Amino acid sequence: MDMYTQAAWLVPLFPLAAFLLLTALGRGFRKAGALIGSAGALAAFVLSLLIVVERLGEGAVDYNNAIDWIAIGDYTLRIGFEVTNLTAMMLVVVTLVSFLVNLYSAGYMKNDERITVFYGYVSLFTFSMLGLVLSDNLLSLYIFWELVGVCSFLLVGFWYTKPKARAAAKKAFIVTRIGDAGLLLGILLLFWYMPDHALDFTTIQSVFDGQSGAITTGITTLIALLIFLGAIGKSGQFPLHVWLPDAMEGPTPISALIHAATMVAAGVFLIARTYDIFQDSAAAMETVAYVGGFTAIFAATVALAQNDIKRILAYSTVSQLGYMMMALGLGSLTGGVFHLFTHAFFKALLFLGAGSVIHAVHTQNIHEMGGLASKMRVTAWTFAVGALALSGIPPFSGFWSKDMILTAAIETNPLLFVVGLAAAFCTALYMARLFFLVFMGKPGSASADAHEAPAVMTAPLVVLAVLAAAAGFVETPWNGWFGSWLSGEAEAAHGSGVAIVASIAVGLLGLYVGWLIYGKGGVSRKAAAERAPWLVKLLENGYYADELYAAVIVKPIRTIGSVLMVVDEYIIGGLVRLAGIATAYAGRTAARLQNGQVQTYGLAAAIGFVVLVAAIVGRRFWP
Amino acid sequence: MLPSYLTMAAILFCIGLYGALAKRNAVIVLLSLELMLNAVNLNLIAFSKYGVVPSLTGQIFSLFTITVAAAEAAIGVAILIALFRMRGTVNVDEFDKMRR
Repeated sequence: MDMYTQAAWLVPLFPLAAFLLLTALGRGFRKAGALIGSAGALAAFVLSLLIVVERLGEGAVDYNNAIDWIAIGDYTLRIGFEVTNLTAMMLVVVTLVSFLVNLYSAGYMKNDERITVFYGYVSLFTFSMLGLVLSDNLLSLYIFWELVGVCSFLLVGFWYTKPKARAAAKKAFIVTRIGDAGLLLGILLLFWYMPDHALDFTTIQSVFDGQSGAITTGITTLIALLIFLGAIGKSGQFPLHVWLPDAMEGPTPISALIHAATMVAAGVFLIARTYDIFQDSAAAMETVAYVGGFTAIFAATVALAQNDIKRILAYSTVSQLGYMMMALGLGSLTGGVFHLFTHAFFKALLFLGAGSVIHAVHTQNIHEMGGLASKMRVTAWTFAVGALALSGIPPFSGFWSKDMILTAAIETNPLLFVVGLAAAFCTALYMARLFFLVFMGKPGSASADAHEAPAVMTAPLVVLAVLAAAAGFVETPWNGWFGSWLSGEAEAAHGSGVAIVASIAVGLLGLYVGWLIYGKGGVSRKAAAERAPWLVKLLENGYYADELYAAVIVKPIRTIGSVLMVVDEYIIGGLVRLAGIATAYAGRTAARLQNGQVQTYGLAAAIGFVVLVAAIVGRRFWP
Repeated sequence: MLPSYLTMAAILFCIGLYGALAKRNAVIVLLSLELMLNAVNLNLIAFSKYGVVPSLTGQIFSLFTITVAAAEAAIGVAILIALFRMRGTVNVDEFDKMRR
């Protein structure tokens, strides 16, 4: 009956096999890289699709299978996999995007020396991400969580000969580590307080769902916030968002796969997976909502002033992840996951499109591009679809998910509704700016000999464009199929006329303003820069978050570090050296006793013997 | 009877020990070593005759010791002669090649 669901543990094994094979093959076999990597991802995708198709019917039950992993006394740690509708959906998203990125990279990375290594890393990442999705308990999820972090580090720093790439890789790893530390603490707290120390999601759900009062509200809030800290790090939420724009130093397909569609969504996935904990704590929910909302507007405004095509998209990703967090915090699990689902497609599409552009013009500065639409028809059309989806224009997918989030906001929190609308306006504006500057207008300095990318790169674009256009129809205001499939509850129609009208209006308004400035040229592009140069500077530098952290955190830590180094060098090291010198000195002194005079040795032995005898005999007279 | 033998042996041993540790001449040192060995032999024989459990073992053992002592004396004198040829002296104080 649910044959494929039971075989879900096979899904991550395909990319793992691809990774092992590629690692074993080494750097030769350049052609084999793309083939093996894509085959692994394709096999995983087919199986995932079969799983979802199998579960589409009514009443698909969650399937869980686990084996004993470690037994410590009475406590047994189990490791296994769980297939719910949420994980099934994530499986399809991850494997599909991974497969398309694999395919795309065959063109994009064609001339790279280490293409086999690249495919190995991508396969390893796909394996880790699928393992993360399938994990049935928080501990194994954490292991895979760190594994995807490692893969992200490896791939951001893939071109490690560039100093910027090295720095970005380190930054990505260290900044996300801060969040990971929070997540680990949250897991440990949960382990401590849960009945029977259970960490599997089923038990967590039943403990927190049943209002059993096994864990007090204060502890619940603490645990939820610590888990959220992990999500903040991984999903690039304020204040740990700084690594994501820098991570764009990696190859563009990686930005699409890891830093747009899958890994950064892991934070959202984590919260969705442990949603019962959050629902038990109003304070945690509010924190999630406000952090998400703030990140959404914060990153959207920064994206307005960026000049690097990938950095615009990166800040856009941060902003959209903020949307998802906001939805989760507002209590709309479906909204958050739905936006994750649609965002994965259109953001991967936009990144791959950007990669196609970069491939053609060899620059990332949007002011050097322009007029590319006539030279790169497929890229331009698909990019337009992605941009419209991201801007929330009906009937593209982004509209439906964004509308759902805004609907949730208008019902519960008007402030966040306004914030969401403002972010949506900025989103439409920067996407219009990006599109018109890159594809329309006069050809820029770099777009002279631009040409369309090969079919192996445009085919994934077309597939993603179709999905970005159509994926939204699984959940519309009058058809709550996705939500009820996801949560297993019948969800009523949830449309809100105000939200729909408002979100369409701000989307169109943003696009129109963008067109006025960057398309038609009716409003001077320099207007903002002339009137408020400080504002543009502020946005260009991302509110100086990096500089602020450098001054407030990095510098003091470095100072403490250098002080501690002096302590280590002179005090600790001095003590160690002192012990060494003292021993050597004692040795030299003792060595003088060895004077070669046999009679002296004999005398010493005789005296020692006498002392021994005296001690043994004398003991008799001792009380 | 036993105490007088033991006292005699102890006196012999002490004289031997003193000679071995204090004399400069290597030949005297060797002789003193023999003296100590003989003190031990005397003890062995005394115990085998007047001990708590008299037994012939002690006397046989002393025969072994005498044999070993003879071999030891031969080797010792041989080394001494070799040393004398090399260094031109039999003064123990000057035999300090093993000094660090």
